[in-house]
Amino acid sequence: MESLSIGKSVSELHELLVNKNISATELTKAYIDRIQAVDPDLQAYLTVLEDQALTQAAEVDQRIAQGEVLGALEGIPMALKDNMCTEGVRTSCASKMLENFIPPYNATVTDRLRTAGTILLGKVNMDEFAMGSSTENSYFTKTRNPWNLEYVPGGSSGGAAVAVAADEAAFSLGSDTGGSIRQPAAFCGVVGMKPTYGAVSRYGLIAYASSLDQIGPLTKTVRDNALVMNAIAGYDPLDSTSVPQDKPDYTKFLVNDIKGLKIGFPREYFGEGIDPDVARGIQASIQTLINLGAEVAECSLPHTEYAIPAYYLIATAEASSNLARYDGVRYGFRAEADDVLGMFRQTRAEGFGPEVKRRIMLGTYALSSGYYDAYYLKAQKVRTLIKQDFDRAFEKFDILLSPAAPTPAFKFGEKVADPLAMYLSDITTVPINLAGIPAISIPAGFVNGLPIGLQLMGKALDEGTLYRAAYTFEQNTQYHTLKPNLAREVLTCGSR
Amino acid sequence: MVVADKYEMVCGLEVHVELQTKTKIFCGCTTEFGGEQNTHVCPVCLGMPGALPVLNREVVNYAIKAGLALDCEIAEFSKFDRKNYFYPDLSKNYQTSQFDLPICIKGGLEIEVEGDKKWIGITRAHMEEDAGKLVHSGETITTSNESSVDYNRAGVPLLEIVSEPDMRSIPEVLAYLEKLVQILEYTEVSDCRLEQGSVRFDVNVSLRPIGATTLGTRTETKNLNSFSSVRRCMEYEVARQARVLEAGEKVVQETRTWDEGQGITLSLRSKEEAHDYRYFPEPDLVPLVIDREWVEKIRKTLPELPAARRARLQTLGLSAYDAGVITQAKDMADFFDAALSCGGDAKTLANWVMGDFTRLLNTNQCSVADSPISAKQLAELLTLIDKGTLSGKIAKSVLEQMYSTSKDPSRIVKEKGLAQISDEGALLGIIDGVIAANPQSVEDYRAGKDRAIGFLVGQIMKATKGQANPGLVNQLLKEKLSS
Ligand SMILES: [Zn+2]
Repeated sequence: MESLSIGKSVSELHELLVNKNISATELTKAYIDRIQAVDPDLQAYLTVLEDQALTQAAEVDQRIAQGEVLGALEGIPMALKDNMCTEGVRTSCASKMLENFIPPYNATVTDRLRTAGTILLGKVNMDEFAMGSSTENSYFTKTRNPWNLEYVPGGSSGGAAVAVAADEAAFSLGSDTGGSIRQPAAFCGVVGMKPTYGAVSRYGLIAYASSLDQIGPLTKTVRDNALVMNAIAGYDPLDSTSVPQDKPDYTKFLVNDIKGLKIGFPREYFGEGIDPDVARGIQASIQTLINLGAEVAECSLPHTEYAIPAYYLIATAEASSNLARYDGVRYGFRAEADDVLGMFRQTRAEGFGPEVKRRIMLGTYALSSGYYDAYYLKAQKVRTLIKQDFDRAFEKFDILLSPAAPTPAFKFGEKVADPLAMYLSDITTVPINLAGIPAISIPAGFVNGLPIGLQLMGKALDEGTLYRAAYTFEQNTQYHTLKPNLAREVLTCGSR
Repeated sequence: MVVADKYEMVCGLEVHVELQTKTKIFCGCTTEFGGEQNTHVCPVCLGMPGALPVLNREVVNYAIKAGLALDCEIAEFSKFDRKNYFYPDLSKNYQTSQFDLPICIKGGLEIEVEGDKKWIGITRAHMEEDAGKLVHSGETITTSNESSVDYNRAGVPLLEIVSEPDMRSIPEVLAYLEKLVQILEYTEVSDCRLEQGSVRFDVNVSLRPIGATTLGTRTETKNLNSFSSVRRCMEYEVARQARVLEAGEKVVQETRTWDEGQGITLSLRSKEEAHDYRYFPEPDLVPLVIDREWVEKIRKTLPELPAARRARLQTLGLSAYDAGVITQAKDMADFFDAALSCGGDAKTLANWVMGDFTRLLNTNQCSVADSPISAKQLAELLTLIDKGTLSGKIAKSVLEQMYSTSKDPSRIVKEKGLAQISDEGALLGIIDGVIAANPQSVEDYRAGKDRAIGFLVGQIMKATKGQANPGLVNQLLKEKLSS
């Protein structure tokens, strides 16, 4: 069955299910087999839910047998980043702190995907509490890039990107606070959308930085991405920051036509720190878009250079407060100590990894009395300026483009010793989160056999135009059809 | 004591009052008091990972209502902030509160102490969530082997009302608190059940030499839960600070705690050790925008406030004192108004309400709200007196029977045959009998001893079990004796 199903897009799988070429159970089994075959090397999954997935698949098959019309995602096997709550299924945030945390409730996205009839294959790896750009900060394991096992998959949604790239799931959900969907999508050669802040409910997403976090889909194709957005987006009364408006049908934007679309490329995103090969790849993409009829011109987002410091102040400030609840009192890991204060200290000392502690300390400092104005408040002002940069650019352009990441994937350990270098690799992605606008990363070529991503940025709540441009680009390029040669890689690795 | 001669005390109060909404401020859990530990909880109020707060609009309605009753401006734009500190009764280790942009600002209320009226300013009032409750196996969290925490109360809405440092004496402080609680009860935003901890007080006190214009160094004593604790705490703290100043030392700016058992305040933490709460805007909630229409809608629901009500009762003929007593508690004032609406004289009603009715409730430790006698029934009783059906004396006993049976007074009168005997024929028969049986008294009366008639009246009342119409008895008796 594997040859029939594995490697196919969500819309192709839907056809197979509708035409009864394959049952949901067979499809799910094929994915479970695939996970068992490749995941020992890739380490994308933290939890595989074989029994539960097969039960869910059987339910779908029953509906098919009863002649029900199948929804677009019904029977489609998928994976969730392990920071989205799943009732009765461990949700660890890849942290020792939540190693045994089993939520008594579902995240809104979990519920919505369940309602849509998807099959949850399991929970996938990430940087601890979504803090990182390589998934190396997971407490449990390092996830490998399927295009080259010596390289990181990006992060923090590394497991989510790898699961899709290596056909361990038909699609996955990641979360993006400063690039955590788009950068791993770029590193692994898949499509990753960070929707407008508030477009997808955050209820049940374990918070890193509340004002920046946003859930989005990682998929093989742009169409799949729009299909998943259809299922997860829309107002949620449980999330006060969710946008109270009717969501569009995102698939209606999937037209192969960008004639006359005005696209700006901000020069600040092509400056220092951008790998020349990546820059060349994106230049080629620009040419492709021009050839397709888009009007492309340079523009400027002058406050870009302040985005990284502003991001790391706001995100860590919020994180220092969001992560205060992990104290050993109510749930999760608890260290033994003589008194309550000692228990707090010891629990947090043992339960959090070094990067999480670093960010908690940074954020605590930024909010401290006497420093608040100089750091947090100033960062908020910069955030406003960055938003205004985008507002001005969108007066002239429909969308903006840039590399999704300044470099292709890097090797394990390459940046671990230098957190600042790791932080700087977020330069092309964090301004988007600060501005709250949507952005998508789509496959746009290869550098030394590693994928690179083209990032398209849109106006708030204008995911539609991003899908239109991304779809047109995809339909006129071949990058998304290329697959990592996993068999050989797995073999090499397995024999080690 | 030297204090009164040399120093003036300056006091400001922070009052935390639970708002009596049905559900908590950021989730749908009930706010009901009691309940088995950790049963009124959900992922939101337990601070579970990924759970998000949603502001209960009813809490905002209550806060607006309280703000209006306290003469505050209602901010068009306010927001929530996180107050960060670690304590196990806080499920998220931060409290969602309002920091620099509270919902109510610049209000106040008028107090009266020994006839002097004074305006006490209210700086602000803001919404916040209550914490859970710690239960220790020992005395405190540090000395206990075991502590458990009950989050039933976590997320119950609070309004923190901060006064200006306008109070200069303990009577002023107590008058302010009484007035404040009265207004909160009147507006029904809180039931103000002090014994259940639904109101808590933080007291800021400093002393300064009489005549000084700058403020002295203050201490803040936190978490008092009764008026008497506030009074005792202030007496202690004023005396303590005076002793410190008299010894030529300086008062240390610090947070103190009240030891109810020992009746003393103790240092909790100094200014240097003060928490850095690292306030910042709550990113999980959107700013609160309150348009004027919303405020006006709430204003329409405001009840008649105590001061206005008192004034109205005075125009009905009640003395200032009586009007004050009746409007002290809203329940009582509502009962009075309800009885009055059935007709009758306000002054007479006031006497009954403040006298026998209140005495009956007090004896039985019963609240007005739980009274088995309805306002309508009391009004009916007064009508029966007015019509001459009942004597005042019998009416008192009927009232007691109304309390124990909840029956209408007319029914009791009928069942027990308690109606006043005003039938002349019936009374004359009895009078003749009494005259015949007491010749000596008759003689005395006729000899000019007026007092003798009292004895004869008493005998007639006795013979009629007190039911004879006393006026009529007097009249008929005198007629008989002088004939
Ligand atoms: Zn709750």
